[in-house]
Amino acid sequence: MKELFLVLSVIAGINPGADGPQERAAKIHWSYVKPVRPALPRVSDPRWSRNALDSFVLAQLDREKLKPSPEAARAILLRRVSLDLTGLPPSPDEVDSFLNDRSAVAYEKVVTRLLDSPAYGERWARQWLDLARYADTQGYEKDARRSMWPYRDWVINALNRNMPFDQFTIEQLAGDLLPNATQDQRVATGFHRNTMTNTEGGTDNEEFRYEAVVDRVNTTFAVWMGSTLSCAQCHNHKYDPFTNVEYYRVMAFLNNTEDADADDEKPTMKVFTSSERKKLTGLRDAEKAAENKLTDLLKAPEFQQAFTNWQTKLSNETASWEPLDPTTFTSAGGATLTKTASKSIVADGVNPTNDTYVVTTPIGPGRFTGIRLEALETGEAKAVGRHENGGFVLRQFELAVRPVNAQESKPVPFTNVFADFSQKNFEVSNILTGKGDGWAIESMKPENKIRRSAYFALERPLDLPGGGMLTFTLRHSDRHPGANLKRFRLYATQSAQMGPPTNVPAEMRAILAIAADKRDKKQTDKITEYYRALDPVTKPLHEAHAGARKAAEDFEKQIPTTSVMSELEKLRVTKRHVRGAYLNTAEAVEPGTPASLHPFEASLPANRLGFARWVVSTSNPLTARVMMNRIWEQYFGKGIVETVEEFGKQGEPPSHPQLLDWLASEFMAPESTSGAGAGAQPWDLKHMHRLIVTSATYRQSSKVSAALAHRDPFNRLLARGPRVRLEAEMVRDQALAVAGLLSKKRGGPSVMPPQPEGIWQVVYNGELWKTSAGEDKYRRGLYTFWRRSMPHPMMVNFDAPSREFCVLRRSRSNTPLQALNTLNDPAFIECAQAIARQVATQDHADVKTRATHAFRLILARAPQPKEVARLVALFQSELKHYEADPKAAEKMATSELGKPKEPCNLAELAAWTVVANVLLNLDEAVTKG
Amino acid sequence: MNPFLSEWSVENLRAVTRRQFFGRTATGIGSLALASLLRGNLSASGPAALAGAAENSLAPRQPHFAARARRAIYIHMAGSPSQLELFDPKPKLSELNGKPCPESLYKKERFAFIKGVPKMLGATHEFARYGQCGMELGKLIPHIGAHADDLCLVRSMFTEQFNHAPAQLFLHTGAPRQGRPGMGAWLTYGLGSESQDLPAFVVLTSGGKTPDGGASLWGSAFLPTVYQGVQCRSKGDPILYVSNPPGMDSAGRRRSLDALKDLNELQLHDVGDPETLTRISQYELAYRMQSSVPELMDIEREPQHIRDLYGIEPGKVSFANNALLARRLLERGTRFVQLYHWGWDSHGTAASDDLMTSLPLRCKETDQASGALLTDLKQRGMLDDTLVIWGGEFGRTPMNEERNNSKFLGRDHHPHCFSLWMAGGGIRGGTVYGETDDLGYHVAKDQVHVHDLQATILKQFGLDHTRLTYRFQGRDYRLTDVHGEVVAGLLA
Repeated sequence: MKELFLVLSVIAGINPGADGPQERAAKIHWSYVKPVRPALPRVSDPRWSRNALDSFVLAQLDREKLKPSPEAARAILLRRVSLDLTGLPPSPDEVDSFLNDRSAVAYEKVVTRLLDSPAYGERWARQWLDLARYADTQGYEKDARRSMWPYRDWVINALNRNMPFDQFTIEQLAGDLLPNATQDQRVATGFHRNTMTNTEGGTDNEEFRYEAVVDRVNTTFAVWMGSTLSCAQCHNHKYDPFTNVEYYRVMAFLNNTEDADADDEKPTMKVFTSSERKKLTGLRDAEKAAENKLTDLLKAPEFQQAFTNWQTKLSNETASWEPLDPTTFTSAGGATLTKTASKSIVADGVNPTNDTYVVTTPIGPGRFTGIRLEALETGEAKAVGRHENGGFVLRQFELAVRPVNAQESKPVPFTNVFADFSQKNFEVSNILTGKGDGWAIESMKPENKIRRSAYFALERPLDLPGGGMLTFTLRHSDRHPGANLKRFRLYATQSAQMGPPTNVPAEMRAILAIAADKRDKKQTDKITEYYRALDPVTKPLHEAHAGARKAAEDFEKQIPTTSVMSELEKLRVTKRHVRGAYLNTAEAVEPGTPASLHPFEASLPANRLGFARWVVSTSNPLTARVMMNRIWEQYFGKGIVETVEEFGKQGEPPSHPQLLDWLASEFMAPESTSGAGAGAQPWDLKHMHRLIVTSATYRQSSKVSAALAHRDPFNRLLARGPRVRLEAEMVRDQALAVAGLLSKKRGGPSVMPPQPEGIWQVVYNGELWKTSAGEDKYRRGLYTFWRRSMPHPMMVNFDAPSREFCVLRRSRSNTPLQALNTLNDPAFIECAQAIARQVATQDHADVKTRATHAFRLILARAPQPKEVARLVALFQSELKHYEADPKAAEKMATSELGKPKEPCNLAELAAWTVVANVLLNLDEAVTKG
Repeated sequence: MNPFLSEWSVENLRAVTRRQFFGRTATGIGSLALASLLRGNLSASGPAALAGAAENSLAPRQPHFAARARRAIYIHMAGSPSQLELFDPKPKLSELNGKPCPESLYKKERFAFIKGVPKMLGATHEFARYGQCGMELGKLIPHIGAHADDLCLVRSMFTEQFNHAPAQLFLHTGAPRQGRPGMGAWLTYGLGSESQDLPAFVVLTSGGKTPDGGASLWGSAFLPTVYQGVQCRSKGDPILYVSNPPGMDSAGRRRSLDALKDLNELQLHDVGDPETLTRISQYELAYRMQSSVPELMDIEREPQHIRDLYGIEPGKVSFANNALLARRLLERGTRFVQLYHWGWDSHGTAASDDLMTSLPLRCKETDQASGALLTDLKQRGMLDDTLVIWGGEFGRTPMNEERNNSKFLGRDHHPHCFSLWMAGGGIRGGTVYGETDDLGYHVAKDQVHVHDLQATILKQFGLDHTRLTYRFQGRDYRLTDVHGEVVAGLLA
């Protein structure tokens, strides 16, 4: 019974008389039926309705025998609509101009101004970014930073440009697959690249790629269709018509992108502004011009001659190598060693974990300066080593000598070693230093299965007037089982330059050791480039070219990148995973959408783009309803379907089903195109926002009588206006805005406003919170750096999610930690100090006027006399206190903002700071009412 | 239909989401406070509905059945101490010290760092027998050993995760990836708070770093945020922003809060939203915390013999300080305290993370205070209903890691078996539960999965782990996912 889903017992427990899951599944659930635009209902008071929305609301109120509330006071309404549309409060000037505008369309003009403001995109992007789980870090363990902010800016811009929602959707899900996809359309696909990446040691990238695709499937259905398709990852959905197979058929659409949980977040793209692109083109042109000049010079016979002379000179200095002819060769691990006609040794038979070869060979008379070990490819697989990938890892290479007539061997030390190629982190120098695992040559790559040599310089020349016997011991790494040499040959040299190394780098010497006509293009280019920097004639042009190239590269380097989707050429085979388990796969599936939803049109391509078009098909019964409900929830605190995240059978039924269907129909195909709706397009978000905020329903006062509070505590019937706590970002933005500190800068990399020390202390990650300077300290909350494992504490206090996964509904808690935050956080004290300065420096004002000004600054409305009196009383008590304690006054007035420019009474400033601190903490201030 | 679930009506959940931090209490102190607010500030003509709305959120939460524990301290030794040095003696392993590991053990294994053929590594420190029961424990932890007769040592723990962050998340949230509530959040959600001026779920960290799993280990995930753990910090404000701004003293804060309250009450009467009432009470709670938290953190107020017992270091960040703070928190009504001490990740890449130098240091930093905590709880009569749990997130390999041929002795991550101990709160003392095989590689008898441990902990609080659920995005979630069995053998 371990696997039993608790859902069953709980549902049975709460509602014992209800239908069981099977009975329920037999009926078609309302949300799976395409919405039809309902006719407007008859209402008791048609004059109350300002638009169609109101008819549905009032009809419901009529049935409940309730009356709507009167319209909210103008200043309160202005604050409400400003916060709702832009996330910012109105300025006192905006309040005045609205209060003084007595025209019939004064409110509509304000709505247009707010919808046209760029702050609109910032405010509504916030909601979308929760859904997109946008953040500035990777998520798992180290939670290192990554660059995704161009995607965030794309969302803001798309909303401000009022991109139709179907296009908004298609570009995010499949912008890369659109014909001639633009840079913006590719940046948009960052939506699904916001999934977390894991860079921990020992993790299986494919496992976390699978987890990311699972997240994309779940998120897509949750965001656009309010569906818990995620349940079907492990088994057929218990309540909704989605099968386990269908889950993986949807996955088959999304399972073909190139990203694979890579540490470097690939695929990524550079995101240019048009001026940046122009500048880069200029720099690249300059580089090309410099290169052309240089190339011309390189073709000149004078240069070619000088180059050849230089090579000849170096080649003459390069050693000549005599192969040694071993007489005994043994393997400690039991491998069979044989010698070939070309004097190389080949290992066969047993392949122990780490073998040790001992090879002895006679050597003729001479004065030897160096030894060369050559690894050779063999067989069809061209393996140079015996590891299953064809490689070797040589850990030690020892030499001993017994001169003719001597009794004993003596070790011969090496002083230096270089190789014509070493694998990264497997440098040949490891053999001498004992560091790392040893020398390897990246032989798992076919192009590297070629002969490579390591050259060992002897510490002192080995004088063997009568010749002698050499004994070589080759030890392999025990950390790479089976990575023993397959075939190798040994050489000795008497050439002088195997002594101290010349200043020509090892890499170049290795190229020079290859005859000019045997070098590949890469090698030829490398050595040519090396030489042209030395040649006195070409040097200046070489440097000019290198400079131009560096300028272009440096410029390009600082262009921001962002992660994007990119479709694989060869599609993955998507299989069903048994019980959702990553390792347990069953049959392969073809891409497809759930049979219970609208059909996947034959005209659509069976790929991610077709899927995206299916999501926003006007036949989709869910997408428009879900989006409208989500927007409604932002305005009214609760959705028409309260379970914003669940439109399936487990969700709450809609409070106003016809209203929701009307909104969804109007969203997909607007008919209200006169008046406020002039010029409305299909899937027009601003049109829908305008309809909602200009409705009489929205404009109601939020005051609630005892009777109504009792009857409808959660305002499901909408007999009053909305009243909900501000979300985290608004709490911050409002304080900065009323203080006059808010930066208007838009977009760009995320910033780090002050946070208490020691918040970021994460294991194995040295990232630091570096407080931003200048106006970046005062940017809107949505630009704050979002670290998933440790978001900014103020955001967390006010219910911002970690953004690890898609969050469809933020909770709205009311905690003492929030109180402490807005009372004592230096950022809020700074705002209070700034407000105090605005208030205290007003000309010719008495205390009452100043208190009224402060109140209006924060709450937009004019205070009642009682409220002014209470503020004045507080000011007086604090003034008295601070006059008696000038030190405290100075701190209270200046701790964050510093000394005021004009000399002024610090005790007064301190007292006004306390007043402003209180005002910023009022229930009304942290609430949209 | 069980009575517990009826408490969890949809309305209640809504109320919970909207409601406060401390409101729903078992003792009713919080409810009295708010009730007095209601009486004091709302005239008979005031919105009558408010009382009803507030009451809903104050409903005390009874457990499913009689609880054996009322509070808990979970001591998480982050990085994972070696069970083979401290808890699980293996003579056979010592015999094979330095011999290559049998291929059958390492062949299909995915290690975090071990490569090639590892060599077996016997215990690097000695064991001794402790207590009447003769429990074998490492000589590095004599103070813990002194309580052997109160300990239930579980030698047969196992997990599914072999990296720190996922294993820590698995242990505390029941899932290896972020997005699920921590154990303390579940407990607070299930039982509410017994404190009126301190959080119900508090986290303290020492050892220089927060654990790899980060704040997700004590987050509330999809549960309302009121249930998340509150981290008390050792530097700066113990609770963020608990200090008044420069230039404002406590009397000044009181005066400004009085004004705030008066203005909020005007708003309440004008608009009538119960949320305003809740906000008023939250500001009052915040004010109380401003004095209760510094008082709590002031461990120097403890008598000298208690300070010596724990070995506290006032002014520093130390495990001993945190252990004493944990006791002070529990005394003041906090339900669940998590202590994290970082630095047990004994890979043996250097002296700073090996078994010979680093492990004894970690033991020295924590053993005395761990023992002291048990002594102190016992002498106050609190151990009976306080559950103490001590352990890491996984075990360590019976093989020497030898990363990059390191000469320092160390062990890699090992999910297949590890040990932890529990005490108090209805746990069977003087017991060793479960066995591992001769090499300490796999569990041989009475295996305890992480979900089983979680089910058992909830059981001690009177909660049925299959019934403590929360509906999120169409599914009922629980700490133990769809698994977990209570381990009766651990219980008295």
